[in-house]
Amino acid sequence: MRITTEQVRYVAALSKLKLNEKEQQRMIEDMASIIAFADQLNELETGEIKPTAQTLGLFNVFREDESAPSYEREVMLANAPEKDDGCYLVPKLIE
Amino acid sequence: MRYETVIGLEIHAELATKSKIYCSCSTEFGAAPNTHTCPICTGMPGTLPVLNKKVVDYAVMAGLAMNCSITEYGKQDRKNYFYPDLPKSYQTSQFDQPVCQNGYLEIASENGPKKIGITRIHIEEDAGKLIHDDLRGYTLVDYNRCGVPLIEIVTEPDLRSAKEAKCFLETVKSILEYLEISDCKMQEGSLRCDVNISVRPAGQQQLGVRTEMKNINSFSAAVRAIESESERQIDLLEAGKTVIRATRRWDDVKNQSFDMRSKEQAHDYRYFPEPDLVPIVIDRQWVSRIKNSLPELPDSRKKKYLSKYGLSDADAAQLVSSKKISDYFEDTVGNGASPKLAANWLIGEIPKLLRKKGTEEIPFCAEYLAKTIQMTEKGSLSSSAAKAVIEEMFDRPRDPENIAKEKGLLQINDEAAVMAFVEKVIEENPQAVKEIKSGKDKAVGFIVGQVMRYSKGRANPQLINKLLKDILAEK
Ligand SMILES: [Zn+2]
Repeated sequence: MRITTEQVRYVAALSKLKLNEKEQQRMIEDMASIIAFADQLNELETGEIKPTAQTLGLFNVFREDESAPSYEREVMLANAPEKDDGCYLVPKLIE
Repeated sequence: MRYETVIGLEIHAELATKSKIYCSCSTEFGAAPNTHTCPICTGMPGTLPVLNKKVVDYAVMAGLAMNCSITEYGKQDRKNYFYPDLPKSYQTSQFDQPVCQNGYLEIASENGPKKIGITRIHIEEDAGKLIHDDLRGYTLVDYNRCGVPLIEIVTEPDLRSAKEAKCFLETVKSILEYLEISDCKMQEGSLRCDVNISVRPAGQQQLGVRTEMKNINSFSAAVRAIESESERQIDLLEAGKTVIRATRRWDDVKNQSFDMRSKEQAHDYRYFPEPDLVPIVIDRQWVSRIKNSLPELPDSRKKKYLSKYGLSDADAAQLVSSKKISDYFEDTVGNGASPKLAANWLIGEIPKLLRKKGTEEIPFCAEYLAKTIQMTEKGSLSSSAAKAVIEEMFDRPRDPENIAKEKGLLQINDEAAVMAFVEKVIEENPQAVKEIKSGKDKAVGFIVGQVMRYSKGRANPQLINKLLKDILAEK
């Protein structure tokens, strides 16, 4: 399967990745080989097989609706690169 | 050219559980930022979510109340998007096997009752809150709401006007309130809606290009957003332009919608089955257990008010639109008040007082309201005195009979006492008496008014009228 530059740019945009010309070229090849690998599955006859979302054999694993104390805020924020006013800080977003 | 507006709604309701959907953090509103979080709801690697059973119960309740079929085998999926309100970079939601499907609700439309299709109701988690700091050019992130359970109710594009959309929203809100599965506080964001809207020339089968409007925070804002957006689309078509499929943000202050990032197509969310959560199997016993425990819903209450109590359609609809008021009404009638009088107070004066006092809770018991109403029926309170008694009960709730006595509000029904007032007024106003005799009815009102003035509003007006007639007939 051929991958176009447009497709690479589109997937990069969805993934919030910035790729330069060279990287885009490399991605075209990489993605083509990834898709070719996955395409092998199409050789199998799956018409009779139900879609499988889980292989654990478990179902209805629930918890009761009981609340318990949360983690300390300082502990939760300990890994945040930037924080202020008890919040995580991220670059300003424009919708 | 005439155009038809086609509207579909996506309503998000936060469920009133104690704990979050996949962890035991509290769902309480208004806590200090990031004090209700843990490794699970912030999506730390290596954590394992476990579904809160009540979330499924509540979703099934909503589904049954909205005439949906309940899925026997449901699963949860990851909806992928990158945005800092979602620390996992995906929202756990449901894609192709939601808990409820194919329902409907009936609303009152201009052409009588109308069925609005409900495509699906699924369970998912809420996202965090972003606070934009324009001054410093930062965004602050609070994950307290992250992982609060939601149901999303998706309708068919069956609505045709802002009015119908509002009516549908009100119906959904009252059902959720009756089920007691959501607080439905729009100002706290526990009930939100997105509006999908398109226009097409009247009579055309094919749907027009739709836009989706987000950030709608009240029912009246929904009405304004729908009216504004359908006008905008019609103007575009009239000018020979086309509508572009997009997500728009409604700005209620500017009364205008704005284009947001171009909407990622559904497949761009790259939904896939959530591997950390196992299937939800809802057997029919579970469904019937919930069905049997459903409370009386607004629709059935309304029917009862019409047939059993003889209320008007508008009054019955008004009463059932609020569960609190409707519960109070039932309680008042249960305490012996006439349903019609109870309805009048609970539709008119009491909501007015609630607004005036800035509260949602009637501070006195239904027994007191019932007693006040009975006193008006017996003639010991005039309706204006009853109003004063009720207002007093808002400030200091106590037995209405005591209030009436204390404040001298009891109506004078004693014939001799009222007669004394009437005779006095007639003596002082011979001119008015002459006018009455010459057929000028306005003067009757004047005399009655004077008697009321002397009696400080306490004389029974019917009795005044009767005595006045008797006296004039004699003269
Ligand atoms: Zn948590």
